[in-house]
Amino acid sequence: MADNIYLPHPVTIEKVTQEAPGVRTLRLKFKDEEVARTFEFKAGQFGEYSAFGEGESTFCIASSPTRKGYIECTFREAGKVTSALAKLEEGQTMGFRGPYGNTFPLDEWKGKSLLFVAGGIALPPMRCVIWNALDTRSNFKDISILYGAKSVADLVYKHELREWEERPDVNLLTTVDPGGETPGWKGQVGFVPAVLEKMNPTAENTVAIVCGPPVMIKFTFPVLDKLGFKPENIYTTLENRMKCGVGKCGRCNVGSKYVCKDGPVFSRAQLEALPAEY
Amino acid sequence: MEQKYIPKASLKAWLGKVRDDGRRLYAPVTENGKTSFRRVKSADEISMEHVQTAQSAKGVAFPRTERLFSYVRQPDGDVTLQDYDPSAIPDTVVFGLRPCDAAALKPLSGIFGWDTEDKPFSERMRRVVFVGVSCSRCDAFCFCTSVGGHPGSAEGSDILLTVVGDGEGYLAEIVTDRGRALVEKGGDLFESATGISKEDYLAEVPVRFSVEEVQRKMAGAFEGDIWKSQSARCLGCGACAFVCPACACFDIQENARGSGAGDRIRCWDSCGFSLFTLHTSGHNPRSTQSQRWRQRLLHKFCYMPQRLSVRGCTGCGRCSRACPVDMNLAEHLGEFEHL
Repeated sequence: MADNIYLPHPVTIEKVTQEAPGVRTLRLKFKDEEVARTFEFKAGQFGEYSAFGEGESTFCIASSPTRKGYIECTFREAGKVTSALAKLEEGQTMGFRGPYGNTFPLDEWKGKSLLFVAGGIALPPMRCVIWNALDTRSNFKDISILYGAKSVADLVYKHELREWEERPDVNLLTTVDPGGETPGWKGQVGFVPAVLEKMNPTAENTVAIVCGPPVMIKFTFPVLDKLGFKPENIYTTLENRMKCGVGKCGRCNVGSKYVCKDGPVFSRAQLEALPAEY
Repeated sequence: MEQKYIPKASLKAWLGKVRDDGRRLYAPVTENGKTSFRRVKSADEISMEHVQTAQSAKGVAFPRTERLFSYVRQPDGDVTLQDYDPSAIPDTVVFGLRPCDAAALKPLSGIFGWDTEDKPFSERMRRVVFVGVSCSRCDAFCFCTSVGGHPGSAEGSDILLTVVGDGEGYLAEIVTDRGRALVEKGGDLFESATGISKEDYLAEVPVRFSVEEVQRKMAGAFEGDIWKSQSARCLGCGACAFVCPACACFDIQENARGSGAGDRIRCWDSCGFSLFTLHTSGHNPRSTQSQRWRQRLLHKFCYMPQRLSVRGCTGCGRCSRACPVDMNLAEHLGEFEHL
């Protein structure tokens, strides 16, 4: 059945990067040449990744659509499927279904400044948007990134953080939770909402993209309020548990919305109209 | 709608002809005091004494567990996938489903058919002919008439039979072309029917609430206390979802067969289970049973009407019959009317 929506595409693991303790990035290439040639996605979309024998996990596509020929996912080894995915090696086969869901409205953001606020393992969904914006840099004004993790070791994409730090057209601020710093740490120490307040970015003509654990989001929104960001200029991506990814299994519903179909990207204004079941 | 008459004595011969070309026949069978849809070889096995079967006929189109595809992992790390084969799905006739179960095919089709087509469901539906049987009796749990249904409704059936006279025969309403083809297989077993009104032979199911009012009040009650008071005794066992003809939530799991081979399967699930929405991190968007009860009702009575233009409840009453702590859906829905 050529159109079985549950049948994954076999993909080869081209490259494995250990990002942080328990966190890996897999670079994947479609085995079917026709699929590899025609596959397209946009920033913010996600997929279902198969470890055959264990099941599927849901992650965003962490690479940028501007980087052709592969897709990447970054995940923390936490449950049954992610533990199985973490055991896979370069050259081995896994599965991918997607892309699913809506996208960050990068076209609407043309001419604006972008402020990225990310915590922990939530940088991957944003990394896709960041590279997309950087690869089309002239479309945007200032690009600022605030990224926080528990400790220095837990920061993911360390090479790319260095690259962003060195770019004159990116303003990067990294922070670790108190106690998570190392002797040579040159970044900030403190929780993301507090560091954001100190950073004091302008809300004028700026879109804020916020991704992180629920507790970080909860305390970051009021800071953005204070800074003058309007709900329609704040975006996030929801991480509700999913199985099918295509609006059937009933798991990710928030009110009458399906996170897998109507999301995962929502503006804060859209979130405010939904029951707080995310 | 074209009508025919078939004497009860001819039913066995008709169903025999229906099975002649290899079709599978599923019908209510009573075993150990419980009536369920089973594959039958002869009409002699069929029991129609019940008000309602324990399980609906949903499983014929949406089986409790179903293979989505198979995989074989090679020693070198490569994997071969074997797609699910719709040609292996047998042509099937379901005999004896009640109008509330037939009506539930619409919400099921709504969920599986919106946006993208779910082939495992639609390919099964394409191969099933539904022969409904109207209700001549109801019980205290039935509330089809409160949610837009009727004990003699033909919606969802390809043929609707109603026991008429002193029970010596059926009035057959031919609803679809698929139903007509099945009746034609019976040839002379079907006689012309004139002057028979099925309304004289149907159960009287009382209207227990105004569903429009219930839906209106429910939509505004999200933050209310009613969910807590209604669900205080809910065990979260999920029985209501597993007997519901319109519940479609499912899980996707791996059924590993060893030596690197196995199947990806889906199986019924319930929004009433605490693990349903639990994140790996421990965060749970619906962490309490009252939140899950609220989701169950709002999904069926507000979100589905908004999204799919169909309610997720047909008033069969199975959830109330099955509930181990006697939660009664019709009563709970009625409570919203008085909010």
